[in-house]
Amino acid sequence: MSDIGAQQFNANNKKKNEKAVSITKRSQNKEIIIRFLRNKAAVLGLIIVVVLIFCMLFPTALTSYDPIKQNFSERFVPPNREHLFGTDEFGRDIFTRVVYGCRTSLRIGLISVGISCIIGVLIGSIAGFYGGVIDSIFMRCIDVLMAIPNTLLGISIVAALGQSITNLIIAISIGSISGYARITRVSVLTVKDLEYVEAARATGSSNARIIIKYILPNCLAPIIVHATMSIAVAIMTATGLSFLGLGVPAPTPEWGSMASSARAYIRDYWWLVTFPGLAIMASAFSFNLFGDGLRDALDPKLKN
Amino acid sequence: MSDNILEVRDLHVHYKSGKDIVRAVNGINFSMKEGESLGLVGETGAGKTTTALSIMQLIPNPPGKIVGGDIIYKSENLIKKTAEEKRKFRGHEISMIFQDPMTALNPMMTVGDQIAEVVLLHQNVNKKQALERAREMMEEVGIEGERYIEYPHQFSGGMKQRIVIAIALACNPSLLIADEPTTALDVTIQAQVLDLIEKLKEKYNTTLILITHDLGVVAETCDKVAIVYAGEIVEYGKLEHIYNNTSHPYTIGLFGSIPNFNENVKRLKPIAGLMPDPTRIVKGCSFADRCTNVSEICRKGDIPNTEIEPGHFVKCTLFANKEV
Amino acid sequence: MSKYILRRLVAMIPVLLGVALITFCMMYFSPGEPAKFILGDMATEEDIAIFNEQNGLNDPFLIQFINYIRKAITGDLGISYTTKQPVLNEILSRFPTTFKLTLISIVFAVIIGVFFGIISAVKQYGIIDNVTRIIAMLGVSMPSFWEGLMLIILFSVILGILPSSGITTWKHWILPAFTLSTQTLAACMRMTRSSMLEEIRQDYVRTAHAKGQKEYFVILFHAFRNAVLPIITVVGVDFAKLMGGAAVIEIVFSIPGIGKLIVDAINTKNAPLVQGGILFVAFTMSFINLITDIIYAFVDPRIKTQYLAENSKKNKQEKEVGSIV
Repeated sequence: MSDIGAQQFNANNKKKNEKAVSITKRSQNKEIIIRFLRNKAAVLGLIIVVVLIFCMLFPTALTSYDPIKQNFSERFVPPNREHLFGTDEFGRDIFTRVVYGCRTSLRIGLISVGISCIIGVLIGSIAGFYGGVIDSIFMRCIDVLMAIPNTLLGISIVAALGQSITNLIIAISIGSISGYARITRVSVLTVKDLEYVEAARATGSSNARIIIKYILPNCLAPIIVHATMSIAVAIMTATGLSFLGLGVPAPTPEWGSMASSARAYIRDYWWLVTFPGLAIMASAFSFNLFGDGLRDALDPKLKN
Repeated sequence: MSDNILEVRDLHVHYKSGKDIVRAVNGINFSMKEGESLGLVGETGAGKTTTALSIMQLIPNPPGKIVGGDIIYKSENLIKKTAEEKRKFRGHEISMIFQDPMTALNPMMTVGDQIAEVVLLHQNVNKKQALERAREMMEEVGIEGERYIEYPHQFSGGMKQRIVIAIALACNPSLLIADEPTTALDVTIQAQVLDLIEKLKEKYNTTLILITHDLGVVAETCDKVAIVYAGEIVEYGKLEHIYNNTSHPYTIGLFGSIPNFNENVKRLKPIAGLMPDPTRIVKGCSFADRCTNVSEICRKGDIPNTEIEPGHFVKCTLFANKEV
Repeated sequence: MSKYILRRLVAMIPVLLGVALITFCMMYFSPGEPAKFILGDMATEEDIAIFNEQNGLNDPFLIQFINYIRKAITGDLGISYTTKQPVLNEILSRFPTTFKLTLISIVFAVIIGVFFGIISAVKQYGIIDNVTRIIAMLGVSMPSFWEGLMLIILFSVILGILPSSGITTWKHWILPAFTLSTQTLAACMRMTRSSMLEEIRQDYVRTAHAKGQKEYFVILFHAFRNAVLPIITVVGVDFAKLMGGAAVIEIVFSIPGIGKLIVDAINTKNAPLVQGGILFVAFTMSFINLITDIIYAFVDPRIKTQYLAENSKKNKQEKEVGSIV
């Protein structure tokens, strides 16, 4: 076949193959969704996650109080019909502050996961794909990151850069990069020697194209699962740091700092510390359930 | 028929898979005298391994269950035994070796300990004597006894299978079930392992059930043959019966699909079609959809099991009237 | 075997250097004059200049870093701004407390976690399995500071049977150790369960049953022996993490450990203590990881024989030629 003819042949085949692939992909996705919906725990997680996102986007739909304005005539009101979760030491409605705190925590969680995911996947795929010296260097850096416990790393970064939401997000992002890097690297290593990658190389695809089009789609499943679970981790770290006084600065409502200031009053006013903590737990729990369900749905072979 | 060491009567085994019931074994009958060797031949999924596990009372429950039939060993019904009694005969009266030697041994225990384990379970000896017996068995199967302190990963596939055989025969069982013992091995090693099994069988007068899909292996090693299809035995008889007077269409198909050195053939002749879905009850003969000689009566009711010559049984409507 | 250990020790060095670099950078770039901290507010411009000169604070970054490393190797991690004591002494005086707390937590977490993990796996989908899985999931989702505070409310405030701060009696360790153990407990339960489930399905378990071995023996001495390998890794990693993560627990329960030391130091801008503390924690973590790897290598015969046979390889090769393959 002439060169032009060959090119035409290849282009036609590619289109046909892509169409066939996209058809099977559609039914594959449908199967994944069905498998997910069958898992009751996962659906519960999803529902709570949706509720949380609703709180994040439309807090005023749920509460009309102001989360920041102080009201000294209403301090330490125990939970009742007007104040579902009671009020705090400044007379602020705790339910309102919990709902607004959701916005803070989810934002931090989603943004930091996004950043660390992108950077981590980049590092992992380059390291796994090229191997050799690049792999060693990158993985050494990751080892260094992993040698510092997450909490301490977050603490030090915030200490060095100053206390603000942005710095908190940076701190959490840096701590999570290693997870994505390792997962991606392992997936890339598994896939890169398979035959269809060799075939792609033989037909002249560039390295970047091979990575993006052929290798990464197969690593998606574990990355997605890890991302979901790390939202839970991010929320826990953020609230932990805020508890230590190193996270979100006052008076922005944040579950961790709410719990921290409530410490002084736990003997007499238990509701100040209980409800913010329950919120943290509910968020982490729901993302964990959701992530677990995703994992089972995306690869039932992993399920036990 | 009481000098039969083993009688399997009308065995039915079901597995539960989700909402479906997999009918793995649907009425298997055979018997063996002491010292005989029976070849259970059939495709993957025919029910050979399930039959073997039933004899060992090792059907995992859930999801499996023996739903009918009896297994009489030395005049006792194995199905009716208590869990404790069942444990006592496993490895001692009846032993089984499995297909893949690479994963059959515990990677964290020395091979000596693993052989000694079965000795300690069934014989009244101390640890030292058990290890001594382990070394003996290793020599029996052709491995230096000093290597009893080594771990499975330090042996090759063929040697691992020898160790598995050593474990199976350490307590001198009367019945040995070998489930495709050479399928996972190279051809040259196959021959060695089969020779070993033969030699030990002769030496200890062990009754042998050899499960395989390889007709060549059967010809070398077995006195009797049972052709298994879709959980039933469709043809059963002495080696000569099956090889010289092949009767059942499935058996004929099996023999026909083997490549022959002596003939010049352009294409192999596989049997068209697949085994029926084991979750569906088939009316009539389960081979009907693939049979070239199929007729109306094949799909109706029970298929008769006819003895067309002494000791040679065929389950096919073609032979319904050819009783000897 | 010693080659393996040596190799791992050498591998630790770049990691520690990296950690030192990061902590050094962070403190280097953070605002504030060390001179003012040490000499006090009364220090004059001149005093500060002399101090900076004496302590090499005007040297280029790289020189300062190298000096820092040099001193650190000999054990000189600087002087704490607040107490004027050597940083290393401060750290070492708190280390036993944190270590004890971590040790108790890990032991508790492993015993309970592995126990329930095995039961969960053996009776899959049974009641214990489902309850265990839910508890594990909850445990992982519970922020440790909140758990600590809730436990204080329950046991100290309402019931009044356990103390809530300090480490004077053995009772003082119960709540903090329990709180700290939660994450590891959940991880152990899950890891044991999935590891056991995988091992139970392996062929060698079937072989063991075919020998007529008793059920409990097969589970404990065949399946679990193999399942324990990934559990060792998880426990090792968690042990290392806990050393650092105990910070929050130490603050909630006012326990004088390293974590609290570092966090307090951050709040008082005590740079040498922060640097030294983090470096020390990183060192301990790497060391614990090393020990875990060594234990793993000893437990897994496939790795053990690899390293022990380095000497006797020649002898074995000669033997194998003579044997049947």
